[in-house]
Amino acid sequence: MKAHLNRRYHFSASHRLHTDAYDAAKNLAVFGKCNNPHGHGHNYTVQVTLSGHVDPATGMVCNLSELDAFAQTNLLSRFDHTNLNTLDCFANTVSTTENLSVEIYRIFQGFTGAHLERVHVEETSNNSFNYAGEAMPASGTI
Amino acid sequence: MIFLTRKAEFSSAHFYWNEAWSPEENQRVFGKCANRNGHGHNYTLEVTVAGEIDTTSGFVVDLKELKEILDREVVSIYDHRHLNLEVPEFKTTIPTTENIAIAIWRRLNGKIPHAKLHRVRVYEMPDLFADYYGEQ
Repeated sequence: MKAHLNRRYHFSASHRLHTDAYDAAKNLAVFGKCNNPHGHGHNYTVQVTLSGHVDPATGMVCNLSELDAFAQTNLLSRFDHTNLNTLDCFANTVSTTENLSVEIYRIFQGFTGAHLERVHVEETSNNSFNYAGEAMPASGTI
Repeated sequence: MIFLTRKAEFSSAHFYWNEAWSPEENQRVFGKCANRNGHGHNYTLEVTVAGEIDTTSGFVVDLKELKEILDREVVSIYDHRHLNLEVPEFKTTIPTTENIAIAIWRRLNGKIPHAKLHRVRVYEMPDLFADYYGEQ
Protein backbone atom coordinates (compact mmCIF):
# COMPACT_ATOMS: atom_id res chain seq x y z
CA MET A 1 0.00 0.00 0.00
CA LYS A 2 1.48 3.29 -1.09
CA ALA A 3 0.93 6.37 1.08
CA HIS A 4 2.26 9.92 1.20
CA LEU A 5 3.91 11.30 4.31
CA ASN A 6 4.04 15.07 4.83
CA ARG A 7 6.36 16.71 7.36
CA ARG A 8 6.73 20.44 8.02
CA TYR A 9 9.89 22.19 9.23
CA HIS A 10 10.46 25.80 10.21
CA PHE A 11 13.44 28.10 9.94
CA SER A 12 14.10 31.82 10.00
CA ALA A 13 16.47 33.55 7.61
CA SER A 14 17.21 36.87 5.99
CA HIS A 15 17.72 37.60 2.31
CA ARG A 16 17.81 40.31 -0.32
CA LEU A 17 16.56 39.99 -3.88
CA HIS A 18 19.21 41.50 -6.12
CA THR A 19 21.06 40.59 -9.31
CA ASP A 20 24.27 42.03 -10.64
CA ALA A 21 22.79 41.60 -14.12
CA TYR A 22 20.61 44.69 -13.48
CA ASP A 23 21.62 48.22 -12.51
CA ALA A 24 20.40 49.71 -9.22
CA ALA A 25 17.34 51.31 -10.76
CA LYS A 26 16.21 48.13 -12.47
CA ASN A 27 16.83 46.03 -9.34
CA LEU A 28 14.57 48.40 -7.43
CA ALA A 29 11.97 48.37 -10.17
CA VAL A 30 11.87 44.58 -10.40
CA PHE A 31 12.32 43.53 -6.78
CA GLY A 32 10.75 46.52 -4.99
CA LYS A 33 11.07 46.49 -1.20
CA CYS A 34 12.75 43.08 -1.38
CA ASN A 35 15.76 44.91 -2.86
CA ASN A 36 16.38 46.88 0.37
CA PRO A 37 20.22 46.94 0.59
CA HIS A 38 20.27 45.74 4.18
CA GLY A 39 17.99 42.79 3.57
CA HIS A 40 14.92 41.59 5.45
CA GLY A 41 13.77 38.25 6.83
CA HIS A 42 11.04 35.63 7.02
CA ASN A 43 9.89 32.68 9.07
CA TYR A 44 9.97 29.99 6.40
CA THR A 45 7.96 26.76 6.53
CA VAL A 46 9.08 23.79 4.45
CA GLN A 47 6.63 20.98 3.77
CA VAL A 48 8.24 17.82 2.42
CA THR A 49 6.09 15.11 0.81
CA LEU A 50 7.53 11.60 0.59
CA SER A 51 5.87 8.51 -0.82
CA GLY A 52 6.42 4.81 -0.52
CA HIS A 53 4.91 1.53 0.48
CA VAL A 54 3.88 1.28 4.10
CA ASP A 55 6.28 -1.19 5.73
CA PRO A 56 4.09 -3.90 7.34
CA ALA A 57 6.55 -4.22 10.23
CA THR A 58 6.58 -0.54 11.21
CA GLY A 59 3.38 0.84 9.67
CA MET A 60 5.51 3.65 8.25
CA VAL A 61 6.51 5.04 4.86
CA CYS A 62 9.85 5.91 6.42
CA ASN A 63 11.30 6.31 9.87
CA LEU A 64 10.30 9.76 11.06
CA SER A 65 13.23 10.18 13.42
CA GLU A 66 15.60 9.44 10.53
CA LEU A 67 13.81 12.03 8.37
CA ASP A 68 13.95 14.60 11.19
CA ALA A 69 17.65 13.92 11.74
CA PHE A 70 18.27 14.33 8.00
CA ALA A 71 16.32 17.61 7.98
CA GLN A 72 18.16 18.88 11.04
CA THR A 73 21.57 18.19 9.48
CA ASN A 74 20.89 19.13 5.89
CA LEU A 75 18.17 21.78 6.07
CA LEU A 76 17.79 23.47 9.45
CA SER A 77 21.43 23.65 10.52
CA ARG A 78 22.27 25.03 7.10
CA PHE A 79 19.53 27.67 6.70
CA ASP A 80 18.19 28.59 10.14
CA HIS A 81 19.30 32.01 11.37
CA THR A 82 21.44 32.66 8.32
CA ASN A 83 21.53 35.24 5.56
CA LEU A 84 20.57 33.18 2.49
CA ASN A 85 22.57 35.44 0.18
CA THR A 86 25.80 34.42 1.91
CA LEU A 87 25.29 30.69 1.20
CA ASP A 88 27.06 28.93 -1.66
CA CYS A 89 23.77 27.89 -3.30
CA PHE A 90 22.83 31.55 -3.82
CA ALA A 91 26.26 32.75 -4.98
CA ASN A 92 24.99 32.92 -8.56
CA THR A 93 21.21 32.85 -8.19
CA VAL A 94 18.73 35.25 -6.62
CA SER A 95 17.49 34.04 -3.21
CA THR A 96 13.84 33.95 -4.25
CA THR A 97 11.65 31.30 -2.68
CA GLU A 98 11.38 29.67 -6.12
CA ASN A 99 15.13 29.11 -6.15
CA LEU A 100 15.05 28.15 -2.47
CA SER A 101 12.41 25.52 -3.26
CA VAL A 102 14.58 24.03 -6.00
CA GLU A 103 17.57 23.89 -3.63
CA ILE A 104 15.51 22.27 -0.86
CA TYR A 105 14.16 19.72 -3.35
CA ARG A 106 17.76 18.95 -4.32
CA ILE A 107 18.66 18.51 -0.65
CA PHE A 108 15.81 16.07 0.09
CA GLN A 109 16.65 14.02 -3.01
CA GLY A 110 19.55 12.89 -0.82
CA PHE A 111 17.19 11.28 1.69
CA THR A 112 17.12 7.58 0.88
CA GLY A 113 14.28 6.46 3.19
CA ALA A 114 11.42 7.15 0.73
CA HIS A 115 10.65 8.69 -2.66
CA LEU A 116 10.58 12.50 -2.74
CA GLU A 117 7.32 13.70 -4.32
CA ARG A 118 7.62 17.45 -3.84
CA VAL A 119 8.57 20.31 -1.56
CA HIS A 120 6.28 23.18 -0.62
CA VAL A 121 7.94 26.30 0.81
CA GLU A 122 5.96 29.07 2.54
CA GLU A 123 7.75 32.41 2.69
CA THR A 124 4.79 34.15 4.35
CA SER A 125 1.24 33.03 4.97
CA ASN A 126 0.35 34.54 1.59
CA ASN A 127 3.31 33.37 -0.52
CA SER A 128 4.14 29.73 -1.07
CA PHE A 129 5.84 27.70 -3.78
CA ASN A 130 5.82 24.07 -4.90
CA TYR A 131 8.58 22.21 -6.67
CA ALA A 132 8.27 18.58 -7.75
CA GLY A 133 11.35 18.32 -9.94
CA GLU A 134 11.00 18.63 -13.66
CA ALA A 135 8.17 16.08 -13.82
CA MET A 136 4.80 17.76 -13.36
CA PRO A 137 2.75 16.39 -10.43
CA ALA A 138 -0.33 14.40 -11.35
CA SER A 139 -3.58 16.32 -11.55
CA GLY A 140 -5.36 16.62 -8.23
CA THR A 141 -2.47 15.32 -6.10
CA ILE A 142 -1.56 18.60 -4.41
CA MET B 1 -14.87 17.07 -12.19
CA ILE B 2 -14.69 19.04 -8.96
CA PHE B 3 -13.07 18.20 -5.63
CA LEU B 4 -14.76 18.81 -2.29
CA THR B 5 -13.02 18.43 1.08
CA ARG B 6 -14.72 17.96 4.43
CA LYS B 7 -12.89 18.02 7.77
CA ALA B 8 -13.63 16.11 10.94
CA GLU B 9 -11.76 15.79 14.22
CA PHE B 10 -11.20 13.01 16.69
CA SER B 11 -9.05 12.60 19.78
CA SER B 12 -7.51 9.22 20.44
CA ALA B 13 -4.79 7.37 22.31
CA HIS B 14 -2.28 5.00 20.73
CA PHE B 15 1.20 3.53 20.91
CA TYR B 16 3.53 1.88 18.40
CA TRP B 17 4.59 -1.69 19.04
CA ASN B 18 5.51 -4.66 16.86
CA GLU B 19 4.95 -7.92 18.75
CA ALA B 20 7.46 -9.69 16.52
CA TRP B 21 10.27 -7.55 17.92
CA SER B 22 12.04 -7.41 21.26
CA PRO B 23 11.26 -4.50 23.62
CA GLU B 24 14.70 -3.08 22.82
CA GLU B 25 14.03 -3.14 19.06
CA ASN B 26 10.61 -1.50 19.54
CA GLN B 27 12.23 1.21 21.63
CA ARG B 28 14.98 1.74 19.07
CA VAL B 29 12.61 2.06 16.09
CA PHE B 30 9.62 3.81 17.67
CA GLY B 31 11.29 5.81 20.48
CA LYS B 32 8.85 7.56 22.80
CA CYS B 33 5.90 6.32 20.69
CA ALA B 34 6.62 2.80 22.03
CA ASN B 35 5.51 3.66 25.59
CA ARG B 36 3.01 0.86 26.32
CA ASN B 37 0.89 3.16 28.47
CA GLY B 38 0.09 5.08 25.29
CA HIS B 39 -0.18 8.78 24.49
CA GLY B 40 -2.69 10.77 22.47
CA HIS B 41 -3.37 13.32 19.77
CA ASN B 42 -6.07 15.57 18.43
CA TYR B 43 -6.36 14.22 14.90
CA THR B 44 -7.79 16.16 11.99
CA LEU B 45 -9.26 14.17 9.13
CA GLU B 46 -9.71 15.69 5.67
CA VAL B 47 -11.74 13.66 3.22
CA THR B 48 -11.67 14.77 -0.41
CA VAL B 49 -14.29 13.48 -2.82
CA ALA B 50 -14.42 14.00 -6.57
CA GLY B 51 -17.45 14.14 -8.82
CA GLU B 52 -19.64 16.15 -11.13
CA ILE B 53 -21.88 18.96 -9.90
CA ASP B 54 -25.54 18.02 -9.81
CA THR B 55 -27.27 20.61 -12.01
CA THR B 56 -30.35 20.73 -9.80
CA SER B 57 -28.79 20.97 -6.32
CA GLY B 58 -25.44 22.54 -7.27
CA PHE B 59 -23.78 19.94 -5.02
CA VAL B 60 -21.10 17.39 -5.81
CA VAL B 61 -22.21 15.62 -2.63
CA ASP B 62 -24.75 16.43 0.07
CA LEU B 63 -22.58 17.93 2.84
CA LYS B 64 -24.96 16.94 5.61
CA GLU B 65 -24.95 13.38 4.35
CA LEU B 66 -21.15 13.38 4.07
CA LYS B 67 -20.84 14.66 7.64
CA GLU B 68 -23.15 11.89 8.85
CA ILE B 69 -21.08 9.27 7.01
CA LEU B 70 -17.82 10.59 8.55
CA ASP B 71 -19.41 10.62 12.00
CA ARG B 72 -20.88 7.14 11.64
CA GLU B 73 -17.97 5.38 9.92
CA VAL B 74 -15.00 7.08 11.59
CA VAL B 75 -15.53 9.62 14.36
CA SER B 76 -17.96 7.55 16.45
CA ILE B 77 -15.50 4.64 16.33
CA TYR B 78 -12.19 6.51 16.81
CA ASP B 79 -13.05 9.51 19.00
CA HIS B 80 -12.07 9.24 22.66
CA ARG B 81 -10.90 5.68 22.12
CA HIS B 82 -7.59 3.87 22.44
CA LEU B 83 -6.86 2.90 18.84
CA ASN B 84 -4.69 -0.14 19.68
CA LEU B 85 -7.13 -1.56 22.21
CA GLU B 86 -10.57 -0.54 20.95
CA VAL B 87 -10.51 -0.26 17.16
CA PRO B 88 -10.51 -3.63 15.36
CA GLU B 89 -8.17 -2.79 12.45
CA PHE B 90 -5.38 -1.80 14.84
CA LYS B 91 -5.33 -5.13 16.61
CA THR B 92 -3.19 -6.35 13.70
CA THR B 93 -1.67 -3.16 12.29
CA ILE B 94 0.23 -0.40 14.06
CA PRO B 95 -1.83 2.83 14.30
CA THR B 96 0.69 5.05 12.56
CA THR B 97 -0.65 8.08 10.72
CA GLU B 98 -0.10 6.22 7.44
CA ASN B 99 -2.11 3.18 8.58
CA ILE B 100 -4.88 5.37 10.02
CA ALA B 101 -5.25 7.07 6.61
CA ILE B 102 -5.46 3.67 4.89
CA ALA B 103 -7.94 2.34 7.46
CA ILE B 104 -10.20 5.37 7.08
CA TRP B 105 -10.08 5.00 3.28
CA ARG B 106 -11.29 1.40 3.65
CA ARG B 107 -14.06 2.49 6.00
CA LEU B 108 -15.30 5.18 3.60
CA ASN B 109 -14.62 3.82 0.13
CA GLY B 110 -17.86 3.00 -1.68
CA LYS B 111 -20.07 4.57 0.98
CA ILE B 112 -20.29 8.12 -0.39
CA PRO B 113 -23.23 8.46 -2.80
CA HIS B 114 -22.69 10.16 -6.18
CA ALA B 115 -18.98 10.90 -5.62
CA LYS B 116 -15.67 9.07 -5.73
CA LEU B 117 -13.34 9.06 -2.76
CA HIS B 118 -10.21 10.89 -3.93
CA ARG B 119 -7.97 11.39 -0.91
CA VAL B 120 -7.90 10.73 2.81
CA ARG B 121 -5.56 13.05 4.71
CA VAL B 122 -4.93 12.53 8.42
CA TYR B 123 -3.12 15.10 10.53
CA GLU B 124 -1.60 13.71 13.71
CA MET B 125 -0.40 17.25 14.40
CA PRO B 126 -0.07 20.34 12.21
CA ASP B 127 3.46 19.41 11.16
CA LEU B 128 2.85 15.72 10.44
CA PHE B 129 0.19 14.27 8.16
CA ALA B 130 -0.32 11.35 5.79
CA ASP B 131 -2.23 11.07 2.50
CA TYR B 132 -3.77 7.98 0.94
CA TYR B 133 -5.24 7.89 -2.59
CA GLY B 134 -6.18 4.22 -2.65
CA GLU B 135 -4.21 1.77 -4.76
CA GLN B 136 -3.59 3.65 -8.00
